[in-house]
Amino acid sequence: MLREQFTERHIGIDAAAERIMLDTIGQPTVDALVRAAVPASIHVERFRQAGESVLPAPATERETIAELRELASRNTVRRSMIGLGYYDTVTPAVIKRNVLENPSWYTAYTPYQPEISQGRLEALINFQTMVTDLTGLDTANASMLDESTAVVEAMLLARRASKLKTPTFIVDSDAFPQTKALLAARAEPLGIELVELDLASFANGDASYELPEAFGAFVQYPSASGLVWNPASVIEAIKEAKGIAVVAADLLALTLIESPGVLGADVAVGTSQRFGVPLGFGGPHAGYMAVRSGLERQMPGRLVGVSKDADGNPAYRLTLQAREQHIRREKATSNICTAQVLLAVMASMYAVYHGPAGLRAIAQSVHEGAVVLADSLRAAGLTLEHDSFFDTLCITVVDAQAIVSAARQRNINLYADGDDRVLVSVDETTTYAELSVVAEVFGAAALPETRQPRASSALPSELLRTSAYLTHPVFNTHHSETAMMRYLKWLADKDYALDRGMIPLGSCTMKLNAATEMEAVSWPEFAGLHPFAPESDVEGSLALITQLERWLTDVTGYDTVSLQPNAGSQGELAGLLAIRGYHRSRGEVDRTVCLIPSSAHGTNAASAVLAGMSVVVVACDDAGNVDLEDLRAKIEAHASHLAALMITYPSTHGVYEHEVVEITRAVHDAGGQVYVDGANLNALLGYARFGDFGGDVSHLNLHKTFCIPHGGGGPGVGPVAAKAHLAPFLPGHPLAQRSLHAARVDAVRDASGMPGMIEHGGGPVSAAPYGSPSILPISWAYVRMMGEGGLARATGAAVLAANYIAARLREHYPVLYTGDNGLVAHECILDLRPLKEATGITVDDVAKRLVDYGFHAPTMSFPVAGTLMVEPTESEDLAELDRFIDAMIAIKREADAVAAGEYPADDNPLVGAPHTAHSLIVAGAGAGAGADSASGSGSASGSGSAADGGWNHSYTREQAAYPVPSLIRNKYWPSVRRIDQAYGDRNLVCSCPPPEAFA
Amino acid sequence: MAVPANLKYTTEHEWLLIEGDFATVGITQYAADQLGDVVFVELPETDSAIEGGVVVGEIESTKSVGELIAPANGTVIESNQAVVDSPELVNSDPFGEGWLVKVRLDSAPENLLDAAAYDALTAE
Repeated sequence: MLREQFTERHIGIDAAAERIMLDTIGQPTVDALVRAAVPASIHVERFRQAGESVLPAPATERETIAELRELASRNTVRRSMIGLGYYDTVTPAVIKRNVLENPSWYTAYTPYQPEISQGRLEALINFQTMVTDLTGLDTANASMLDESTAVVEAMLLARRASKLKTPTFIVDSDAFPQTKALLAARAEPLGIELVELDLASFANGDASYELPEAFGAFVQYPSASGLVWNPASVIEAIKEAKGIAVVAADLLALTLIESPGVLGADVAVGTSQRFGVPLGFGGPHAGYMAVRSGLERQMPGRLVGVSKDADGNPAYRLTLQAREQHIRREKATSNICTAQVLLAVMASMYAVYHGPAGLRAIAQSVHEGAVVLADSLRAAGLTLEHDSFFDTLCITVVDAQAIVSAARQRNINLYADGDDRVLVSVDETTTYAELSVVAEVFGAAALPETRQPRASSALPSELLRTSAYLTHPVFNTHHSETAMMRYLKWLADKDYALDRGMIPLGSCTMKLNAATEMEAVSWPEFAGLHPFAPESDVEGSLALITQLERWLTDVTGYDTVSLQPNAGSQGELAGLLAIRGYHRSRGEVDRTVCLIPSSAHGTNAASAVLAGMSVVVVACDDAGNVDLEDLRAKIEAHASHLAALMITYPSTHGVYEHEVVEITRAVHDAGGQVYVDGANLNALLGYARFGDFGGDVSHLNLHKTFCIPHGGGGPGVGPVAAKAHLAPFLPGHPLAQRSLHAARVDAVRDASGMPGMIEHGGGPVSAAPYGSPSILPISWAYVRMMGEGGLARATGAAVLAANYIAARLREHYPVLYTGDNGLVAHECILDLRPLKEATGITVDDVAKRLVDYGFHAPTMSFPVAGTLMVEPTESEDLAELDRFIDAMIAIKREADAVAAGEYPADDNPLVGAPHTAHSLIVAGAGAGAGADSASGSGSASGSGSAADGGWNHSYTREQAAYPVPSLIRNKYWPSVRRIDQAYGDRNLVCSCPPPEAFA
Repeated sequence: MAVPANLKYTTEHEWLLIEGDFATVGITQYAADQLGDVVFVELPETDSAIEGGVVVGEIESTKSVGELIAPANGTVIESNQAVVDSPELVNSDPFGEGWLVKVRLDSAPENLLDAAAYDALTAE
């Protein structure tokens, strides 16, 4: 029987292409190429025998699906009424099929190239508008990682924004337990002191305490136990004392009760999960944050704003980016880069599809369900803790566990809050019959067969919402499925994702996200689990997680892995907190200095600061490598204070540093720990392992190396992998089903010699114990189908493709850094500074001109300003690589023509790029006119006279749109022209513009 | 690129117009060009005390962030509200309308460069 290997589908380069490419770079085989590039001192076979890998032999796609089915069948999906920030919801099928399962949405990258990202930028500005409307605040960002991290970020924002010097932050005692645990874990390293108070009793005058002086306070609204209370007086008192008031609010409840903004809050945070995003055993979901006017610049995360393009038309873009860590490094507002774009898009589309009246009806029906149940329980003589509630009841019982067990017998999960309280949360999916079952479980009578029409409400009348929301036409137009389907298609058509062509972004690894890998994500057995469901319900997911953990230890050479961090940045933070915990456990509390090479990604520095460390920068030499002299000097200068070195391998310069063993040894000799940033693991897998050459801890990016799609800017998964001595400090979670995690086979064995387990005992970094488990089947399937050999082959193909591009483009653009034998790793940096010197053409011009050629630009100006970093990945075939190379060569020729005076410097195909169809056809649309607007010099020369209706440029329309013939049959048209970055930053608009703006 | 001869300069690319105990401070054309389009300026409050060498403000562009470093100990007597409202003035007229703060100096700033020395510095 034919056994088709997935490797052949995943890797784009076939044998014939491989030969051509090897000949171009002058290497006999791929293996020889990688071995020539990777320093011999770190080759994996120096550290272990062949055949020692625990990775199973590769499975085919169909076998993999069958195995996933088997794992799925070991999960039991009961009706979850656990609540605590996670509520079951109906994902409209039109959104599931056209967003969640549509590569046009899930394979897109973060919209750093706004001209080719207008679709998802519009979806995100809808999200921001939805959040600002519902929270009653002024500006919302484009999503946070989850609710609990959003509360942490709000606490950090409060500390920056408040002028008070006190280290105290007040926490509402009736907040979600996972949020409280996260606050505690994150506050301690930063010297923030948490004071937990029953704020509801303060508000109703029952409190026996005064509010302490605090830089901020956090209120859960409605509370974790379901109480709806008015926090206005608490908020006022906090603000009176010059603190910042943070409210974590339930978006669905806000359709019925007064918004945090109206109640005076400075910041609102929460999750949008229940707006159509599956529970997924904890994630991914989009958290949110909104702030009042004046705090925008303090806000973490990405923010979409409205600017204008070169023709003066409105256009969306990421705004205020200078707040972010790639600019500010250790002074950034936060270490978070990845957001949860795909999930934010889903949540925003849920609001678009249902509209304000639809959302209100859903909320009303949820509330009525809770009221019906409450009445029945009260009638049976049970005591409800609160009379005012939205969707969650808190019932006092004699034996909470007995009630929870009885409910489980009836296929419903409830939450035992201590020994004598049970929480029951009603959601959109709860049926009347299920409410009846719950009533019976508590010993009340079953509900009447037919539901009685009800008018009563358990919401306090003073808090009933009176302000309007979601009044923008976008939330009031697309309510038929046809309209919704077309709106999603219309937006997707504006964007450039992997389903159109190559996205050669250096350091981002935009490889194939195979359909088989994606398959299990929306299976109800994985998608329908509550993160705090009992262990016996989630056996299949835990088995999958344990296997993936073990496989990841095997390929990285570490002893254990935590999959909890739901972004690379959080993995970094978790790893650094583990290092901190380790030093402190040994009494070395002064080890707080983190050495970071100047070439490092800004997130490294931002994460180090959040782990309570201070950053010392290590210089790089002219070849882009860590300067060993300087490293030694810095180690000596900080000897007893040295906590860690963070090093990326291969380096951010795309080079295998020769001296890496020397570097890690020097740090260890001085008592420091080595953090190896795994952003570039795609260039190492199968050939070398971080744990073998001196790494103590790393984070991996499953959304880069292990095929989780980028989702247009999230979700991500950033597991942290470490040696055994750091395990006690890796992320734990108070509500985790297990604290034990897989250990590498040869690291820990149990009594019977089987691979053992290791306990992770640190504080949590994500709201859910396993972060974003519903997307882990993607990486699991990738490893399962590739096997050890396939992963190594993928590495080889990625390195081959990068070296092929470097070899072919070298004579046109200098390749900035190379390592052993003149080779690059899996990416190469093209130096465009000489081009700018010679022709005046900038990196921006080349990047935007690539759009006209049908490409997404490579990474711009990182890690070196004025350069492009190209990472083709293993998944592109030779034809696509050549198409890119030919485009780059053609663009070079265009730039040379500018230098030669054939085109004026301010009117040529490059500065006029990208060209919309409109700009070519309509008289006076002004192709070329706005080219300089981005630099603010205001040149408007080159624009044709509007009156003559003619094209009035130094180049033809054909040169503008069809510079190479292949475009005639396959043309991607951007929907806007080059966007004015400065205008958008100076004139901040972060919610949907009125329709007239587009007239 | 010749800079105004009547001003003094720091190696941090700031200029000073010193008049007795008072100085007007801004960033140079070179610094503004390096930053690119300035979109936001944060300046110290009037009457606040400043310490030489310490960061007292920020000049943010679309792609970078520059710091305003106090040239000496002193007191801020005026921050340029026009620049706060229209940050592009830093690009369009860095030596004029794009000035940032006026300070009363406790002592004369040290290690200042004259125009020729500053030109030489940026020519490197």
